[in-house]
Amino acid sequence: MGSTNSTLLKIPNVEVLMQETGLKLVAEENCLNVSPAHIIRLHDRFKALDKEGRGHLCPHDFGAIKELAMNPIGDRIIGAFFSPGKETVDFHTFVKILAHFRPVDKDRPKEPNSPEPINSRSNKLKFAFQLYDQDKDGKISRDELLQVLRAMLGMQVTDEQLESIADRTIQEADLDRDDTISFEEFRKSLEKINIDHKMSIRFLR
Amino acid sequence: METGHTEFPSGNILASAPDISLKAYLHIFNGTEWQHNISVHFTFVSLFSLFFAVPESCMLILLGLVLGAVVLIASKKQPYQLDPGLFFLFLLPTIVGDAGYFMPARLFFDNLGAILLYAVVGTLWNAFCTGFCLYGVKMAGVIVNAGLMDFLLFGALISAVDPVAVLAVFEEVHVNETLFIIVFGESLVNDAVTVVLYKVYISFVEVGPGNVHTADYFKGIASFLIVSIGGTLVGLIFAVILAFVTRFTKKVRIIEPLFVFLLVYLAYLTAELFSLSAILSMTFCGIGCKKYVEANISQKSRTTVKYTMKTLASIAETIIFIFLGISAVDKSKWAWDTGLVVSTLIFILVFRAMGVVGQTWFLNWFRLVPLDKIDQVVMSYGGLRGAVAFALVVLLDKEQVKAKDYFVATTIVVVFFTVMFQGLTIKPLVKWLKVPRSTNRKPTINEEIHERAFDHILTAVEDIAGLNGYHHWRDKWEQFDKNYLSKLLLRKSVYHKSELWEAYQKINIRDAISVIDQGGNVLTSARLSLPSMASRTSFPEVTNVTNYLRENGSGVCLDLQVIDTVPGAKIEEELETHHVLAGNLYKPRRRYQSHYSRHFMTVGEKERQDREVFQRNMRNRLESFKSTRYKRHKKDRSQKKRKGSDAKEQDTNDKPRRNVSWQDKAVVPVAPEEDKHDPSEPDKDDDVGITFVARKAPETPKERPKSAALDVCQSPVAAPPSPTCGEKNLPWKSGVGSLPPCVSVEATKIIPIDLQQAWNQSISSLESLASPPAPPEPQHPRVSALSRLGGPLRTPAKGKSSGSGGAGSGSNTGSPSSGQFKFPTGKEEEEEGALSQQQQEMQPLMSSLRPPPPPPPPPAAQSAGKRRNPCVYLRSLVTVPPSGAEPQSRRPTQL
Repeated sequence: MGSTNSTLLKIPNVEVLMQETGLKLVAEENCLNVSPAHIIRLHDRFKALDKEGRGHLCPHDFGAIKELAMNPIGDRIIGAFFSPGKETVDFHTFVKILAHFRPVDKDRPKEPNSPEPINSRSNKLKFAFQLYDQDKDGKISRDELLQVLRAMLGMQVTDEQLESIADRTIQEADLDRDDTISFEEFRKSLEKINIDHKMSIRFLR
Repeated sequence: METGHTEFPSGNILASAPDISLKAYLHIFNGTEWQHNISVHFTFVSLFSLFFAVPESCMLILLGLVLGAVVLIASKKQPYQLDPGLFFLFLLPTIVGDAGYFMPARLFFDNLGAILLYAVVGTLWNAFCTGFCLYGVKMAGVIVNAGLMDFLLFGALISAVDPVAVLAVFEEVHVNETLFIIVFGESLVNDAVTVVLYKVYISFVEVGPGNVHTADYFKGIASFLIVSIGGTLVGLIFAVILAFVTRFTKKVRIIEPLFVFLLVYLAYLTAELFSLSAILSMTFCGIGCKKYVEANISQKSRTTVKYTMKTLASIAETIIFIFLGISAVDKSKWAWDTGLVVSTLIFILVFRAMGVVGQTWFLNWFRLVPLDKIDQVVMSYGGLRGAVAFALVVLLDKEQVKAKDYFVATTIVVVFFTVMFQGLTIKPLVKWLKVPRSTNRKPTINEEIHERAFDHILTAVEDIAGLNGYHHWRDKWEQFDKNYLSKLLLRKSVYHKSELWEAYQKINIRDAISVIDQGGNVLTSARLSLPSMASRTSFPEVTNVTNYLRENGSGVCLDLQVIDTVPGAKIEEELETHHVLAGNLYKPRRRYQSHYSRHFMTVGEKERQDREVFQRNMRNRLESFKSTRYKRHKKDRSQKKRKGSDAKEQDTNDKPRRNVSWQDKAVVPVAPEEDKHDPSEPDKDDDVGITFVARKAPETPKERPKSAALDVCQSPVAAPPSPTCGEKNLPWKSGVGSLPPCVSVEATKIIPIDLQQAWNQSISSLESLASPPAPPEPQHPRVSALSRLGGPLRTPAKGKSSGSGGAGSGSNTGSPSSGQFKFPTGKEEEEEGALSQQQQEMQPLMSSLRPPPPPPPPPAAQSAGKRRNPCVYLRSLVTVPPSGAEPQSRRPTQL
């Protein structure tokens, strides 16, 4: 454990984080709850991605990931790492975003006052939702849905088919008949899905 | 090869199955009476288990006991037994084949780690512990005297969880998918372990315990690896072969299912031949080939495969359990040893539980979703032993294993206990523990889409986080599958279909069916005919369907008719006849019913329908992009033809769709336009054009009318080629009033099936349906597109034939009028050029306002007025889309 801590301390960001406010570290542990080993691992990855050693990542750093280029919605996911108006992402944010995909731990004691953990069901959903909702108006419009569908289905289907799928999708989820899918509707449409299964990655456990 | 297939029974499966299989044995006893009795018994059993929710397997065993007792009393000697040859060659493969083929592949591979652990480590654990402990008990002098090897052998065969029993019980219990797949997957895979252990021990026993060297143990381990991995490989090889074969069975649909059965069975036999794990081979053959086979074979074959497999499996299961019961009665076959029975029972239960707990504890370190205590209880309790164990123990050689009779008795008791007692109590247990059950709910389109997105997200996140986790590899596999495997194993036409699109279609079909299921009353009642939003909201479940029906319904009916009429060479004659009939006959309403059922039954021509839909779809799109240059093109046609074909060549890669052979002819005229399009229009247009490019450039005049007729049939709107076909149409018009019923009939019947087809085509084409009823709406973009289609094809001279064909085939009152009405608009649009199209979309009404079409509008109006007919309900739905809904419905039509 001691070695882990010392390694932990070697990471400048964490050090900074710890020095800045103990609170952030607490946040790290309570909300993100990524264990030190994971932080170290992620930090290694972060450094590997950050080829120029600037301490932060730019979109093109993500673009350099080969597999990601193959991902139909990869650019959207990259986009999700950058808060609006920002061109860079630091390690803290990096970890925070990834923490969305931690599995929910059931046996963790519920503290009444603690903020909703970042890996909660609704936060996971929100992350997915914002991938659709590119204009951030809180609604998935038909066009936004079409874009995603097109990206995912590629050349396999005709535009007409895409559109009918999109129409159907919206029709199905759209409860207030405004021809868009709000987050609430999005959540409802996935009510029966075990989001914790589908939106979690084991490594962050 | 598979006798079971030839003996396919009709009628009550349970009743007839044993009848067949037992025949051979029963003839000894002046069979008929017996057979009759058995049949009666079976019917009784199936009814009983239906009503009292007793697992069928238990009932069957009980029945076997009773039967066996009766036979025994009658003859003093049991004439029949569960014959291992029969079991391993025929009964087991049918069950395993069914299990493998219908195994949810994704779920299986998601849990592969757990399954393998339980199957290999768990089974080894059970086998060794049971064997050694029994030996220990023997040392204590409590039970029968046998060697260590014998006990280890017995432990091996008694420790394997049996797929047949697990399937029989768990399918009724409906535990959640994860739990089921783990237990069931384990039961399938551990066969390899059991069989290998069994064989290794047998060889040890044969050699004699004293002569076994250390090297032999390693040989045993090696043989385990070879047997299991080899079996898997054989299965996968056959999966590839099977998938590849079905790629080319388009012309021989009838034997498609046969290929599936035979090759899967061949995988089993081949593995057996090489002493590899046949069960593994068959399982993986089923898992591997399913995706491709299902995509390649026709819908009918799919259904055939599904039900035949299921039926055979349940027959085999029935026979097995019956024989279990029967052979248990024959005292000469076994010897009782209470100590052995009791200790075996205790050991298998205890060690199963211990093994599960230990392995789960280990697994939960790695599992994303840990298995909780309840899961573990069910898993331990669900360790059912069954026919495999029994067959193995019966196979033992009494010369070498002296205690065989004791082992047989113990096995029978264990099987009975696990299947009867545990099988009976597991359901209440599951209820009591509140184990999450599986829901039969089918995923919605939203879920399909979003889950796909989730997969991509997780893959991306794993890539970003730099770990090659499960999603990473799954993605890699999918890429590989898409780039190589699917290309090799799927038909070209299928390869380019998107899974999501398939899912979408399935959902739509389901919706359509559910609508129909909710009673013909839904269709016939006022509900559907209410176009208003109110109706929508008041029937939330039906909502989607209703909308679809509204938008698409009429198109559907057109489809079927097209199918019937299209290919026939006699179309003209028929049309004539039809016109006369349509004009003069009154069609009673009750035809609805008969028509309904008949059509429902006959809808089978999926292939043609698909082509039909596809063709229509393509044509619509083409038309929408196309302008009126048709005539000009005609002149240049020969030239263009060449170009078109060239273009086709080019685009072949891009567009899978153009595979339809006869379409080509029909569409020929369109081809020239395509050339023009290419520069201006996006690639999509090109594709379309390509699709339709005719190989046979020189089209004969005769062909044209046909194509026109096709168009008409498909889309009623287009059908009424107004001016030219006036003469022929006349009968129609006069008969308009009476005709509608006929139309409606068609529509109602067809809808469920057609909807599938309809979905295939874009919604837009469906909307065309809506147009006929409401004259004001004809300008709907879709409609216009359709009309345009009809337009270019019809030269004035040929218009007649085409028009008449359309009218005849469609027998649609609504269509002629609407067609006539629209035809002009279509023409106008064509003339206006592609640009107008956009406008149309935006302002459908505007188009209606345009100058009256060349053909006389009066008929249209007339027909519209008369349309108030029984069948009209659909139309009214379609025609009067709620103002709110309009924009939505229209959208799909946009290109």
